[in-house]
This record gives sequence, C-alpha cells and structure tokens, in this order.
Amino acid sequence: MDLVTEIGILVLGAFVGFEVISKVPNTLHTPLMSGTNAIHGIVLLGGLLVIGEAVSADDVLGQVILVIAVAFGTINIVGGFLVTDRMLGMFKRKPAPPKADEEKAS
Amino acid sequence: MPVLATSFLQDHNFLTALYILAVILFVVGLRGLTGPNTAVRGNKIAAVGMAIAFVATLLQPHILPNGQTAILIAVGVAIGTAVGIPAALNVKMTAIPQMVALFNGVGGGAVALIAWAEFRRRFPHGGEDWYLKAMIPSLFAAIIGSISFWGSNIAFGKLQEILPGRPIKLPGQQLVNLALLLICVGSAIALAAGDHSQLLFIVGILVAAGILGNMVVLPIGGADMPVVISLLNAFTGLSAAATGIALDNFALIVAGIIVGASGSILTNLMAVAMNRSVPAIIAGGFGGGDAGAAAAGAGDADRGPVRSTSAQDVAIQLSYARQVVVVPGYGMAVAQAQHAVREMALALERKGVEVKYAIHPVAGRMPGHMNVLLAEADVPYDQLKEMDDINPEFGRTDVSLVIGANDVTNPAANTDPGSPIYGMPILEVDKSQSVIVLKRSMSSGFAGIDNPLFYDPKTAMLFGDAKASVSDITAEVNAL
Repeated sequence: MDLVTEIGILVLGAFVGFEVISKVPNTLHTPLMSGTNAIHGIVLLGGLLVIGEAVSADDVLGQVILVIAVAFGTINIVGGFLVTDRMLGMFKRKPAPPKADEEKAS
Repeated sequence: MPVLATSFLQDHNFLTALYILAVILFVVGLRGLTGPNTAVRGNKIAAVGMAIAFVATLLQPHILPNGQTAILIAVGVAIGTAVGIPAALNVKMTAIPQMVALFNGVGGGAVALIAWAEFRRRFPHGGEDWYLKAMIPSLFAAIIGSISFWGSNIAFGKLQEILPGRPIKLPGQQLVNLALLLICVGSAIALAAGDHSQLLFIVGILVAAGILGNMVVLPIGGADMPVVISLLNAFTGLSAAATGIALDNFALIVAGIIVGASGSILTNLMAVAMNRSVPAIIAGGFGGGDAGAAAAGAGDADRGPVRSTSAQDVAIQLSYARQVVVVPGYGMAVAQAQHAVREMALALERKGVEVKYAIHPVAGRMPGHMNVLLAEADVPYDQLKEMDDINPEFGRTDVSLVIGANDVTNPAANTDPGSPIYGMPILEVDKSQSVIVLKRSMSSGFAGIDNPLFYDPKTAMLFGDAKASVSDITAEVNAL
C-alpha cells in the first residue's frame, strides 16, 4: 500500500472511532476502555508477521524479543476480552432480581 | 510450499477480505459496547473479529510453513494464554482497574519490542533497505509503545498500592521530561537520517521513552489514574496503527486508529466527568501542589473536633430515618463490603426505611466501578442514582451513610476556591440532616486532600474496616 492510501485509511478510521464512542453512559466507561484495550492487542499480528525474518536471519536475540512480543500481545488480547466479559457479566444481572423473586413466589 | 502459496486460502485478496471482515466486527462490537443491553454481545463480536484477524495472519504464506517460526509463535501464544487467562479470571473485581492498566502496558510493550526487532533486522543483520515510510512509523511506535508500557506499569503500581497513590514530585520534573522528550525525538531524527547505531536505538529511544513514561505518570495523583490509563490506552492504539503503516498491514492500521480515536474521546469524557482537563492532569502535581498545601494549612486552623460514634448508635439513627442515602467509595471496594451493604439495606428496608445509593461518576478508581460492585451484590438497578439525580434529594435525606468515599463528598470542591479540587462536581452529602462516615482512619483521600466534611458538627465517624462496620450495623439493626 502506498502512504497516501494508508493515510486515507487512518483518517477514515479515526472518524469511525470518534463516531462510535460519541454517546456512552458513565457506567460503561470502564468496560468500554477495557474493550478497546483488548482490541489494540492486535499488535500481536505484527509479531507474527516479522518473527519469521528473525528466524531467517538467525538472530537469536531478535527471536527472543519477538516471542516476548507475541506473548505480550496474546496477554493483551486474551486478558482484555475476558476481563471485559467479566465486568459486563456483573451488569447483565441487573434485571434479574425481580424475576428471581417472581419465580420464588410462583 | 509453492503449492500452499497458491492455494485459495492463502490468496492475497482472500486474506484482505478476512481482515476487512475482522475490522467490521471490531466496529460493530465497539458500538455494542456503548449500550448496556448490547455490551456483552459487543465484546464477544469484537473477540470473534480478533480471532479472524489472527487466523488470517497465520495463513499468510511465509509464516506457518517455516517450522521454527511456527514453534516460536506457538511458544509465545502459549505463554501469553497461560498468563492472560488466569490473570483475567482470578482478578478480584476491586482490582480490575489495575488489571486493565497491566493489559494495556503489555500491548505497548509488544509494540516497542516489534519496532526493536524490525530495527535489528535492518541494521546489524542483512543490508535490506528500510524506507523512511516504514522507519519513521516504527520509531514513533517504539517511543509511544515504550512510554505506554512503563507508564501503565506505574499506574498499576499506584492502584495496587505498591507505590504510594499520592503524587510523587521530583525536582525539576518538567525540565527533565522536556529533555527526555527531546532525546527521544533527537535520537529518532538521527536514526532516520542514517545513524544506524544499535546503542542509540536502545538508549535514545527505548530507555529514554521508558524513563519518560515513568516520569510522566509518577507525579499524577491516584485519583486521576483512570484518565491516565485511558490516555495510555489511546496511545497504545496509535502506536499499533503506526506499526501497521510500518508493516503495511491493513488490520493493524484500522484497529489501531479506531482505538486511538475512541480512546481519546473516552479519555476526554472521563476528564469532563471529574471536571479536570487532560493537559492539567498530565501536568501533574494534583494534591501535592502549592494550592493543596495552602488549603490544608488553612483547614488546620479552623478544624473542629471529630465526632466518633458506635455501630449501635448508627443502627438506631438509620432505623428511625425515612430516607437513607448510601455513598459508596473505594473503601467499600477494598473491604469487599458490597454484599454486607446489600444485607444492611435489606434490614433497613424491612423497617420501612427507603434506601438509595448515590453513585459519583468517578467513585472508586474507575467510572462505573461502584455500579459493577453493587450489581454483583444484586442491588436493584433503580436504587442506584447518578449524581445529578441524587443531589437535589440530599436536602430531604435524614442520614447519608458514606462508606469508604472521601474526595467525591468533599464540600471544599464547592466552597473553597483554594482547594485543588475546587469546581469538581461532588455528591452534596453535607446538605443532608446528618452524615455518618465509615472510614478506616482519618487519613486523607486518594487525592491527598483534607475533607472538611469530617469536621462538620452533624458528621459522625465510625472507624474500622467497612465490611466489619457494616455487618455490625446490620446486626444492631436486626436486634432493635
């Protein structure tokens, strides 16, 4: 891709990011931060793309650096999505209590 | 391998289509995360997008066919999974803010390490050209990634109370930060201009930016940490986008910039909720500055005595109230008192007392922190009142029960122009008939500011662990 195309993608992507988040209730700030946090774990792909070159170059230190990078990226993704899911699980139960009472009553 | 390279699954256009699908799922998922009913599904949709992007990358022809590469990737992913899953599943709900900081930090670390590996590949090994179009974004990513990694670690340390939450002031801080920034930028320019020294990259970029990350976050008070984490989150997104430009990867560019943009908006929303500006937070010194010291000094002079009370007295006061407003704060989270609070509220409701919860937008250490905890304890959603809804009600509230909250109730924010939190919207508990504060000790809050509320004649303090105190109150209420 040439630079101009990539800058075009950047600008449009930025607009999408701004628009998507324009209205959020306070309550969801933390889960949303955590969710976007998981998405930037996509740098993992960068590690996957370049690690082969450190292998071909027989660069042991480079391979170590990239294995750590891949591990870091994986932690970011796996941990990020799971923690967000746990946080949101707390919210899901909100409408549950009255229903639970009805079930007990019936 | 040539056969594989031409197979349909590894066709360049097919892989790009998978990336586009992944990016669409990210956007749909994020939009889901902004609504309470769609949030859980939104998060899962984004996770599916990530899985697709991951598989699409592994399918690229030069990755898996090389045995050693495949083994190294498997090792990295296995380590990451082995660390990430237990960390996310076992963390206590109270510790989630610092866990988010940590996950953000490793993302930034990955960005910086990838840039380092790219640098090593080009300069000491092989003479392949590194065009400026790839090199400049890589240097940018290395600087931002390193700042994000170290800054997030400091944020983690502060929230985990490994480091003191109070702002740490160092002499000549601003000058040192400026010098570090200049070293980073200067080193980047020298590297781009043709100096290919490995040492310059490590010291001038990675180490200098790392120290800068430490220096910028250390002087920021713990109360501002959520905003800092959100800002570093946006930074990591931007650095991921820069990595994408360096590596010509569509998915990295789009996902990175979306996080960068949405993270910036979110940072601003959080800062607005605290009546703080992002530049003011980054400038640091909140609570440790001259204004704070002066206000604390002035407060010392006209302090009244602090009135201490017992669980039995509190129980009587609460039982005969018409309306009680519970103001939870970080102290409740630390003591894991949310279930005990729910029990107490049920006991009071059986006696005909109306119980409401006043939720300050930044109570605890992250927006929404209190909502999460109280929802976990099955507190009905309609009892949780946001600040603007509950403030007019304090005038007709008999007892405000402040459980481990401090700065968000500090009336100095309304009355004392010299206070560092002057102008911050607060829960106006001082307007209620009487106030009971459950607190471990007289220490100041996370912002490090004294709270005149504690010296108010109508305030009584019940010292001790929040959970134990609340359980004692409940027992006394039931015994009445």
